[in-house]
Amino acid sequence: MSGPQLVPTIGLEVHMHLATRTKLFCPCAVEYDATPNSRVCPVCLGMPGVLPVMNEKAVELAVRMALALNSEIPGLAKWDRKHYYYPDLPKNYQISEYDQPLGVGGSLDIETLQGPRRVGIIRVHLEEDAGKLMHAEGGGNYSVVDLNRTGTPLLEIVSQPDIHGAEEARAYGEALRQLAVYLGVGHCNMQLGQMRFEPNVSLRIGSDSQGRPRYTPISEIKNLNSFRSLERAVAFEIARHREEYEADPAGYTLEKLGKSTRGWRDDSGLSFLQRSKEEAHDYRYFPEPDLVPFVPDRKWVEELRKTVPELPEKRRRRFIAEYGLPEYDAGVLTAERAVADFYESVAALAKDPKAASNWMMQDVMRQMNEQKIAGDDLEKYLTPSSLVSLINMQKQGSINRTTASSVVFPEMWKTQKTPEQIVSEHNLAQVADSGAVEAFVDQALAANSKTVEDYRGGKKAALGRLMGEAMKASGGKANPQLVRALLLKKLGG
Amino acid sequence: MTITDLTACQLRDALREGRTSAREATDACLAAIERLNPTIKAFLSVDSGAARRRADEIDRSRAAREPLGLLAGIPVAVKDNMCTADGQPTTCASRILAAWRAPYDAHVVERLRAEGAVVLGKTNLDEFAMGSSTENSAFGTTRNPWDTERVPGGSSGGSAAAVAARMAPLALGSDTGGSIRQPASLCGVVGLKPTYGRVSRFGLVAFASSLDQIGPFGRTVADAALLLQATAGHDPRDSTSVSEKDQPVPDYLAHLEEPVRPLRIGVPREFFGAGLDPEVEAVVRAALAVYERLGAKLVEIGLPHSTEFAIATYYIVATSEASSNLARYDGVHYGRRSSDHSGLIDMYMRSRAQGFGDEVKRRIMLGTYALSAGYYDAYYKKALRVRRLIRRDFEEAFARCDCIMGPTSPTAAFPIGQRTAEPLAMYLSDVYTVSANLAAVPGASLPCGFTRAGLPVGLQILSDVFTEDRLLRIARMYERQAEWSGRAPPAAGGAA
Repeated sequence: MSGPQLVPTIGLEVHMHLATRTKLFCPCAVEYDATPNSRVCPVCLGMPGVLPVMNEKAVELAVRMALALNSEIPGLAKWDRKHYYYPDLPKNYQISEYDQPLGVGGSLDIETLQGPRRVGIIRVHLEEDAGKLMHAEGGGNYSVVDLNRTGTPLLEIVSQPDIHGAEEARAYGEALRQLAVYLGVGHCNMQLGQMRFEPNVSLRIGSDSQGRPRYTPISEIKNLNSFRSLERAVAFEIARHREEYEADPAGYTLEKLGKSTRGWRDDSGLSFLQRSKEEAHDYRYFPEPDLVPFVPDRKWVEELRKTVPELPEKRRRRFIAEYGLPEYDAGVLTAERAVADFYESVAALAKDPKAASNWMMQDVMRQMNEQKIAGDDLEKYLTPSSLVSLINMQKQGSINRTTASSVVFPEMWKTQKTPEQIVSEHNLAQVADSGAVEAFVDQALAANSKTVEDYRGGKKAALGRLMGEAMKASGGKANPQLVRALLLKKLGG
Repeated sequence: MTITDLTACQLRDALREGRTSAREATDACLAAIERLNPTIKAFLSVDSGAARRRADEIDRSRAAREPLGLLAGIPVAVKDNMCTADGQPTTCASRILAAWRAPYDAHVVERLRAEGAVVLGKTNLDEFAMGSSTENSAFGTTRNPWDTERVPGGSSGGSAAAVAARMAPLALGSDTGGSIRQPASLCGVVGLKPTYGRVSRFGLVAFASSLDQIGPFGRTVADAALLLQATAGHDPRDSTSVSEKDQPVPDYLAHLEEPVRPLRIGVPREFFGAGLDPEVEAVVRAALAVYERLGAKLVEIGLPHSTEFAIATYYIVATSEASSNLARYDGVHYGRRSSDHSGLIDMYMRSRAQGFGDEVKRRIMLGTYALSAGYYDAYYKKALRVRRLIRRDFEEAFARCDCIMGPTSPTAAFPIGQRTAEPLAMYLSDVYTVSANLAAVPGASLPCGFTRAGLPVGLQILSDVFTEDRLLRIARMYERQAEWSGRAPPAAGGAA
């Protein structure tokens, strides 16, 4: 007997730290490796009498992200207090946005193994992060708290339940990360906890007699801080829901059990119950009286909208269409905004998108990957105009491709010298004088009589070996076309 | 006449003319405190060493002809819910903050120091400013200098009593529902609650953030104007503090002696209804008659939402905000932590149970209830709607008149202990004052006479937002006519 088809239905709450220099309500620096409790002041410590002051940069970044997600920016957003007692939250309330967030609606297009998907966005809002509580090691009955993170600006993005599998959840998370980094909204360094996921997982169980969809209970998994744990936790929950439902199809439903909160253990690969519906918190939200509502100036919003750059997915498709790049190359070159900008500069200046992509894919990306250099730092090593000079020198034949790639380019990367400087300092200019090249060819022929015989005996591959010998004799500087022509001539065609 | 009999403005002139020194004035206040505070209990802490050092600094600066601030050498008392970084306590009259030391100065305290004031010490209040008598202080009740068996009002009872008993010429208080005006009325001094946003709340320990406002106490209108001048203005650390581009701070003293003419005074019939003590009513009506003689026109007005619903609205808004503002006192990061507990939740519960007094607990519970899921719409949200109606009452009233007058408090000072068993009767002490906080408008209490038993009565004057300058001029019109002006209370050596 086969039951109804069970369709995973997943919404994702994503939290990310915004890339501000200072905290959301005070001038304390946002730093991740500082001595515990050294980046704090009376405001973020929640001392008696302090008041929050909104970080305007954080609001701008939040609106920027919301605009990139095609959210509507309402005429008024307000701040609310969300109450719960925990030692990492000194005020025992978090300043957040409850019913009037700064971004409403929107969507994000993502690529999945099953093809393109559009994930709806419910809301985008700004709130403050809490500190970190660390429990005593070795069973001591105390905990210590580090409040450096307290008050770090946190953007929360809540998706529609438009995600239908673990891989899709991951793809959505990765697309959001890429977008935030692209926009300069967040650094989203997973190791630093700058991005965290809370998937809400349920399975659709066909429809009831009135045609309304039915679901298994919603479980929200808290605080996943890597793409891997996101994907694994969602996959685990889907399987768990399936089992629970199959064991009790009448009882394991959303109407009966509601929503629960679960934790995730990465080591065992299991989720565990934290709070059932009955234990749900009453956060006693109410409007934050210490902050004035955010009433965005429409002109400001439109100016900001104009500065939102072309987004990665759209740019990737344009690179394929406009520059004729293979899908893979287009994906690599658009993954980081700075790299994509760099590529487009080189392609335009060299008037040769193909050569530009070859150099980017082979030489530039190799150096970046080997040295783990972020796109934003690329121009510290290489400028588009110097790469264009190198490409032009090679195309005009003043150096050959091998020398350009193996000697000149690494030297440019290391020293930031121009290719002209390097070629002249190292005497690398290609030798195109036929008299000089003829001497190298003669040298190669004289020293390799066996190979010459092979060639004359019909082994055409021997020509390559002779070319290599002649090039070696020239120290790599001979013009390869000239070497080849002279060899063919001397070998009697 | 001794130095402590001088008003702040008179002392300022005497200092400028070299007739006295900041050190002499400070010593005189400290001597008065030493003599009177054991009875009056207006001050919770006094830092005489720091006060004398500061006074000497000011005297040296004056001798060296350095530029001096508005309050140079004038002693000022500060309500103990405003943070002072100098190692003095900031207790809010609560056990939970008894040992806490603020690491920073409140904006107003910074302003006082910048203007050369000599901060004498911190004054008593109802715990976290919740009360109308200072009986809710964890450290003892302040006595009314006019009758030490009676309360001074509250919550800024310590500041009002300190000024009335001439222990300090000036004091700062805070007013959430009447906490400056009601004790000013009961102690026979001038108290002013400015427009919400006129004075920064940064460093004022929050009771109800959307209502709290810091303001001055003085024995005269000019003294209150002087202290307001020194503390008003924008502070970027308080997002609700108004920008000076939109609302520049006027010179409150420059035109103080100019009467407001023509003057239409709104007299709300709701402020003269049931519950008003007939003796208080008679004194207030006599004051209104003085204004009529000065050429003012009395206009009967209605504030239909501003008495009947104001107390209910106030106690929902204020307690809701208080339940949130006071959540931070949990014994984790600072303040009192219960030494005997089993685990985190138990530590929270015991620290708060031991640290807070009954009235604070009552209000936290009321506010927690009002904000709870399922009750929010019926209480808090509805209260916000009524608050808008109260605001509109005032807008309509100020379209017809220049100010509103009535009694500050329905009764004169009441005996200590009389109302402590009945919180609701105590709450009605604020029936005429809370609506100004809900509507954000400024209000002053001006001494306007005495009951037959010799207890002071206050005239409340309310005006439109950011018209403190006009409000002070209106108050000054009456003050010039009052023959009893300058009378000292028995505790400060006056005739009983």
